[in-house]
Amino acid sequence: MTTPKETVEHQRAALVPLPRGEDATRSGHRLSDVDEWGRSEHTRALARKVFAPIYDNWFRVEWEGLEKIPRKGGALLVANHAGAIPSDAPVIMHGIEVELKRPVYGMADFFFKSVPWFGTAWARVGGLPAHPDNALRLLRDQGQLALVFPEGTKGPSKTYADRYRLRRFGRGGFVEIAMRAGVPVIPIAVVGAEESMPTLFRIPSLARILGVPYVPVTANMLAFGPLGVVMYFPSKFKLRVLDPVTFDVPPGQERYSKSRVMEEAERIRINLQETIYAMLRERRSVWFG
Amino acid sequence: MAQALESDPDVDMILGMGTREPTVPLERAEFVTADQTYSILSRIVRATQVDTIVHTFLVVDSTRVSGRALHEINVIGTMNLLAAAGQAGSPVRQVVVKSSTLVYGSASTDPAWFREETPRTSPARTRVERSLLEVEGFVRDFAEDNPATVVSVLRFANVLGTDIVTPISTNLSRPLCPAIAGYDPLLQFVEEDDVVRCLEHVTRHRVPGLYNVAGAGKLPWSEVARICGCRLLPIPPVATRPAAAPLVRMGLIELPPELESLLRYGRGVDTTRIGKTGFTCRYTSAGAVDSFIGALRLRRSVGHAPPSYTYSQDIEQFFRHSPAVVHNVPDSEAPFLRGPS
Repeated sequence: MTTPKETVEHQRAALVPLPRGEDATRSGHRLSDVDEWGRSEHTRALARKVFAPIYDNWFRVEWEGLEKIPRKGGALLVANHAGAIPSDAPVIMHGIEVELKRPVYGMADFFFKSVPWFGTAWARVGGLPAHPDNALRLLRDQGQLALVFPEGTKGPSKTYADRYRLRRFGRGGFVEIAMRAGVPVIPIAVVGAEESMPTLFRIPSLARILGVPYVPVTANMLAFGPLGVVMYFPSKFKLRVLDPVTFDVPPGQERYSKSRVMEEAERIRINLQETIYAMLRERRSVWFG
Repeated sequence: MAQALESDPDVDMILGMGTREPTVPLERAEFVTADQTYSILSRIVRATQVDTIVHTFLVVDSTRVSGRALHEINVIGTMNLLAAAGQAGSPVRQVVVKSSTLVYGSASTDPAWFREETPRTSPARTRVERSLLEVEGFVRDFAEDNPATVVSVLRFANVLGTDIVTPISTNLSRPLCPAIAGYDPLLQFVEEDDVVRCLEHVTRHRVPGLYNVAGAGKLPWSEVARICGCRLLPIPPVATRPAAAPLVRMGLIELPPELESLLRYGRGVDTTRIGKTGFTCRYTSAGAVDSFIGALRLRRSVGHAPPSYTYSQDIEQFFRHSPAVVHNVPDSEAPFLRGPS
């Protein structure tokens, strides 16, 4: 015979699941290698395999100063942006990943995330929206390489007549992020992307209707027809890595002097512009470098 | 939650309040049924002199209740609760509110990780999100007006687990689960035990502030579906609502508007701040999915466990108050009040 007290105790033992033992974390089984940014190394390797022939044989990419990119630790790579559908981002990411064997995260406009299929594919091969919080976490907390194009869509949307003329570098947000994260900014000058898909003119009214940043009509479309949307001209790519820029300000601050930020951003922009002009002076041919 | 608190000898009295009766045996906790707006709360607070209120009755699932009921429960219920806690001479020293990461919304312009102070990037359009934002506003005002009261707000990510039923768990327990074609968002989950543990943690340690709570890591929706063994049913990315409506009507899928945007853009919250208070989720996001599917498989094999316990006022009264029952519950001095989870 059990007393009521024992009955209650018995019930507690049998039915009460709490508190459970202080056991280790239950991490569950993952079926894919998609990381917290949506990047999958598996998909990335596949993309590299597909892109390698284009990189090696079509664009015949040549690097200068790759050793200036650190082997470990965070760094913010900034480059000039060009071509109606910019070919510079995949070239830079592919080059650094193949040569340095470390991942590069490409940061771009939020717009891409909202495009079905493309947005997902873009995330899987290492793209992510250029939000300051995203950059800070990547650079400071995870010590990764992040690639940004400070010109934003103003770069690729410019027409061929404006080629190799750098647009405004946003509001200098990239400098502020690098200051806050305490990482260097490494500028990369790219020559060749402008001629791989030159924009002849834009159709702003269609862009408004479609809700996209710009609708270009490219020389590739005239040359290859519909195929021109994805078909690049075989321009010779040359990339030059500039000296890393460090800022002697304490990291982790909520705000930095706006004038200082703008000044640094402008200095980087001018430096990049001068380097591009220097490279263009040395260039004999668009197709053979 | 009440069970977890019962095992703590420092807690003298626990009082549960809800619209339905408890489904687990409670040894010491008292229970009162209330209407959905908890209008009798201020009388109870006066009568029992509770010092802590754990507010867990916010509705975050718009498929279960009508829009009006949602407003009544979330907004009016919270107003009543805070009015009771803030009345003149109130004994309440701590209020814990269980909110949801739904307050951040889900949009393409979001950061990958929301910190507690990150503003949402898109206007709140769904009823649940609007009501939760309104509720959090009330709680903020309450905290400002009552600086002596410890106010904690916990924003939980999507909850999965052995028992909880949400639109996500309902979808995952069926052979076909909806996906927006062309999107494969990254999601965070929190296991229901971790929800209870976290509520208990902030209650017991009197941790004030606003906190995100989610399991570590994120995983894509397609992978969640694959782990749960269900096939994705792609719904077109344009005209999603009209395309999904007949399927929802037929009961094939559940797709409230807040889930639709989540299945497009996903959501991530930064949990550094709650970590600094000494709390870590025991389950990662993938672990929560595992726990859910394990429980579901068990249920598929053996069916629903028969209700092992039914609340009966008479029997509870007998166990607690009859002189025939031998127990050593201490006298109530600092009573404790909570809502049902």
